[in-house]
Amino acid sequence: MVRAVSILYAALLYGFIFLPVAVLVLFSFQGTLFPIPPFNGPSLRWYAAVLSDARLTSGLLNSILVAVVTSAIATLLGFLSAWGFARFPLPAANLLRGLITLPLTVSYLIIGMGLLIFFNWISLPKSLMAAGIGHVVINLPLCFAIIYSQMGDHQANIERAARDLGAQEWQVLTLVTAPMLWPALFASFFLAMTFSWDEFVIAFLLTRFDTTLPVEIWNLLRAGLNPKTNAVGALVFGVSIVLAIIFELVAFRKRAA
Amino acid sequence: MTALAAIENISHRFGPVTVLDNVSLAIAAGSYTVLLGPSGSGKTTLLSILGGFLQPAQGRVLINGVDCTGMAPARRPTATVFQDYALFPHMSVGANVGFGLRMKGVAKGPREARARDMLGIVGLAQSFDKKPHQLSGGQRQRVALARALVVEPAVLLLDEPLGALDLKLRRQMQDELKAIQKRVGTAFVHVTHDQEEAMALADHVVVMNHGRIEDEGPPERVYGRPATRFAATFMGESTVVAGETVNGVIRTALGSFAAQVGATHIAIRPEHVRLGGPLAARVSDVVYQGSFKRVTAELSSTPGISVLARLPAEANVKAGDDVMLGVDAAHVIVLKD
Repeated sequence: MVRAVSILYAALLYGFIFLPVAVLVLFSFQGTLFPIPPFNGPSLRWYAAVLSDARLTSGLLNSILVAVVTSAIATLLGFLSAWGFARFPLPAANLLRGLITLPLTVSYLIIGMGLLIFFNWISLPKSLMAAGIGHVVINLPLCFAIIYSQMGDHQANIERAARDLGAQEWQVLTLVTAPMLWPALFASFFLAMTFSWDEFVIAFLLTRFDTTLPVEIWNLLRAGLNPKTNAVGALVFGVSIVLAIIFELVAFRKRAA
Repeated sequence: MTALAAIENISHRFGPVTVLDNVSLAIAAGSYTVLLGPSGSGKTTLLSILGGFLQPAQGRVLINGVDCTGMAPARRPTATVFQDYALFPHMSVGANVGFGLRMKGVAKGPREARARDMLGIVGLAQSFDKKPHQLSGGQRQRVALARALVVEPAVLLLDEPLGALDLKLRRQMQDELKAIQKRVGTAFVHVTHDQEEAMALADHVVVMNHGRIEDEGPPERVYGRPATRFAATFMGESTVVAGETVNGVIRTALGSFAAQVGATHIAIRPEHVRLGGPLAARVSDVVYQGSFKRVTAELSSTPGISVLARLPAEANVKAGDDVMLGVDAAHVIVLKD
């Protein structure tokens, strides 16, 4: 009895979480003009429509570009700052470390608005680069926190051994520190990709003509619901799932090792 | 023997604590020097200063006559074997051993050949392509040794290299370390708190306490004739008894012995205490050690003074027995405070 109730409870809970997505994906395969029951598919016509829509495909490519480039930059900066905090005694280190992780607690809307005002002030036009800078700002604290948590004293000794054997500081970083931290670097890169890929508010505020996929989807939604929005939503969801699985695999492998 | 490396008047503090107090030490070429002391004695700090990981507040480090005091670890002719081995976990054993040569710009072919040779010397010729995590503790220890030796340092520094191994493996690695040192001829400086390890390995043992060198010399001399009370108790066991020196004789509860002016204590090693003699004592503890019995007995004349004796295994003594003990006057160590 208790078991049956708990199974029911779990089913309801997971249903609550996943039913909207399941419905979205289901009706992306709708054969007719409206994403409402009855379902008469499956059909790939809306996926074909998405892929032949120049704005959506360019949004898709822009999103991939922004996600890859900003995640790489955020991971690199996060790695360097984590290394600095972990290896060198800095004045007011706790305060500085707090400041670097602070953007995690600030809403994207506030960060986006701040950047908008600032970019306006320094005459940097709305662009993919502006949105990309925004994505580095939101992902850097995350990358920093993940990588910093994996830096221990044991590794400091290993770096010392490399220096003792004649390695220059840049060789220590590239040949020893970074390879030792590969799992953490990968994990932060893919997590940053996931966040950048989904991000709407900052991209909406900071781009104009060339924009990312979530903003293009929003433009599409303003024209009303049709299965094409479902299809593009399903594609976005699929990419997020893949990124999340890669993140899990990398993070899990790291814990097992 | 001329000194290969010299530490001259080094002092160092960590905050308010003086960890090294005007220490000078010469390291002879080809020697095996062991820095022995309890934790906090400054032995590891001294090793870090030799390796260049720490700049001393005062004093100089000379290696091959060159002042290395401010020289980075990478540039000085030393290599360190770390206590936790500090192997590069993402590299193969061969790449670990070849790392130092790679940093010196040695091409891949000769580098791998020399790494293989060095792995052969430490008995790990078969492990070239393995990863460090596939090796046992003792094997990792050898990889760390090979990695440091392959760059042909003038002085090899070992920071409690056997500390992480279990007792049996430790004794075995001890013998191997000594054999490897004799084979490569490099000067080794080894830090430990284990006096048995120090005696087994050292040509030159340096007993440290509170940032000072208490005594140094060949282990036989430091054990047989320790210079200070601390050295007498830390390097092996002994019974230390206070006394009064008058006219070249020190009077103690164990008897009177010839002594120079200023002597305050005598020490006697347990193996130089025998059954049968003038000292009445009551046995308080007997520990059977297989080849001998370790006996503690309290002097009847001076309660509170316990004598430690190493008696033959067949000696028929048990706790509570009254025994007569004798000390070998030739082996009494007279100490100044």
